[in-house]
Amino acid sequence: MAKLTIARETCKGCGLCADVCPRHLLELSKEINAKGYHPIAITDQGQCIGCAFCARMCPDAVITVEK
Amino acid sequence: MAIVYEKTKVLTDTPLHYCPGCTHGIIHRLVAEAIDELGIQDRTVGIAPVGCAVFAYNYFNCDMMEAAHGRAPAVATGCKRVNPNNIVFTYQGDGDLASIGAAEITHAATRGENITVIFVNNAIYGMTGGQMAPTTLPGQVTTTSPYGRDPALCGYPIRVSEMLATLDGPAYISRVSVHDVKHILDAKKCIKKAFETQIAGKGFSMVEVLSSCPTNWGMTPREALNWLEANMIPRYPLGVKKEVG
Amino acid sequence: MGQKMLMKGNEAIAEAAIQAGCRFFFGYPITPQNQIPEYMSKRLPKIEGGCFLQAESEVAAINMVYGAAGAGARVMTSSSSPGISLKQEGISYIVGAELPCVIVNMVRGGPGLGSIQPAQSDYYQSTRGGGHGDYRMLVLAPSSVQEAVELTQLAFDLADKYRNPVLVMGDGLIGQMMEPVEMPDYHKDESLPEKTWAATGWKEGCGRDRAVINSLYIDPSVLEKHVNHLYEKYAVMESAECRWQEEMTDDADYVIVAYGTTARIARSAMRKLREEGIKAGLIRPITLWPFPNAPIARAAEHAKAFLTVEMSMGQMVDDVRLAVDGKKPVHFFGRTGGIVPTVREIITQVENLAKEGK
Repeated sequence: MAKLTIARETCKGCGLCADVCPRHLLELSKEINAKGYHPIAITDQGQCIGCAFCARMCPDAVITVEK
Repeated sequence: MAIVYEKTKVLTDTPLHYCPGCTHGIIHRLVAEAIDELGIQDRTVGIAPVGCAVFAYNYFNCDMMEAAHGRAPAVATGCKRVNPNNIVFTYQGDGDLASIGAAEITHAATRGENITVIFVNNAIYGMTGGQMAPTTLPGQVTTTSPYGRDPALCGYPIRVSEMLATLDGPAYISRVSVHDVKHILDAKKCIKKAFETQIAGKGFSMVEVLSSCPTNWGMTPREALNWLEANMIPRYPLGVKKEVG
Repeated sequence: MGQKMLMKGNEAIAEAAIQAGCRFFFGYPITPQNQIPEYMSKRLPKIEGGCFLQAESEVAAINMVYGAAGAGARVMTSSSSPGISLKQEGISYIVGAELPCVIVNMVRGGPGLGSIQPAQSDYYQSTRGGGHGDYRMLVLAPSSVQEAVELTQLAFDLADKYRNPVLVMGDGLIGQMMEPVEMPDYHKDESLPEKTWAATGWKEGCGRDRAVINSLYIDPSVLEKHVNHLYEKYAVMESAECRWQEEMTDDADYVIVAYGTTARIARSAMRKLREEGIKAGLIRPITLWPFPNAPIARAAEHAKAFLTVEMSMGQMVDDVRLAVDGKKPVHFFGRTGGIVPTVREIITQVENLAKEGK
């Protein structure tokens, strides 16, 4: 059981985290944030293994991972 | 639940101004995490460059100085000589370090100046709009090499790490990349090693980090990292170039 | 005061700096100031915490000064004209970041590589800023080795007081000549504030804000505010730091204005002219910026004319004209190329003015 917290307002929607997620659980939201980006979102929190690949890839340090 | 990963306190809360997918943010994080893990935040002074990382002083949560273009190693020298107990690092791009600042980096290295240099090589001038850099690859299109870099006209890219590794002064030089998680973990180890080299008083340490510039390369963030892996690594081989025991 | 010693100007300046607590020197060789770095290279390593470093260039040297000043140290560099040109970028950044330091320029002939002989042709560069942007430096111009010592020490206090670089502007003669000199017992101005702004290592709760030594203000309104702040400091300097020497100006018909080496020659000429019955006087600016407008304006009330003498084609003369403000004629005599004006030449200039009734 792991938990991802995404700082949506500082996410720039680059999608690099989605590319490295081994479970393919991350995708860009349809909504936009205050900066005009589509922030990343987790599709199925229950499937997350807490590997933190996404957080380590993120250029904007928007992802916190708990396990 | 325990924290597996969270943003280090050695980065401020100021949102990074970098373009989406720019690897400067990853490298900032690695440097800040190394400072955090080594417990040296309270004695670290960072020197920011001119270029995309010009605002680094807003992001690193430690004392900072902003240097003129290329002069960060000279500024770091003055700072370190005054307070040798400070851990002093520069954070410089390829235009800053390898072009206008070629003299300052070379002499700081050969003096064995006990500082740590984080050299971000993305083969282009980012901040000014994608002009040719000293590290631009042959054939690479930039706004000042619109037909591709022609070595007959403007020579070849500089392999800074290999060049500086020929000097007697440096204690640790390595080249890393941040195009995937494995390489990011390796980069972190090397950056930490560079700071440890300084803490041990061994002398000059530098980590060259291959980095991307999706905006000025005209690619998506993922395409840019793929291009980095396919084109930059063959020209700029990764690995430790010098290490003094 | 210590005992009297015979010292070369350059060496005396270096020793004076050390006495004033300067422990860091970064420089690059260039004639005619080499005795300053040479002296520092001998002395500083023998003093605890002292460091002399020969930089790879003047550009690097001034940026090492930036780093050392930013770390809170008393620091100095020295050079001569072409080298000072190279330092201008760094000086502009030092001003922008409000860092204190002392810079010595032993001026030589220009433009270009010019010569290695004494000159005063860097006056514009020194008093108008020199590098890019709106700024000023305090410029101190000694006319003897003793005065060079005193002004060098004063320069460190003024730099710290205003968080602005201070330029000690000599010329090849001041640097190279030997004169008897007494090293004053230096006492640091105790009213100088602590350098709580220096980058020395920080963490949350350490009692001060995180230090950011910086000259970049990307928001136009913020930069304008910053430049206005600099100019508020300059206004204080103009009212508090203007220094000059006047001799026999009260009744003078002809007032000679000269600084540095040239002022020594002008003084001899002025005295000879008095012996001849021509009422000459001398105003010697000690600070070139801020410029001593007041005594010149005062003298313009009664003098017949002014003669500005410089080792240049006429640079300070512009400031004399501004101070005289059209009230009286301002004449100029200068030698250049590294040639020092003679007493006889200056006398002839004033004699001709008196003859023509100008």
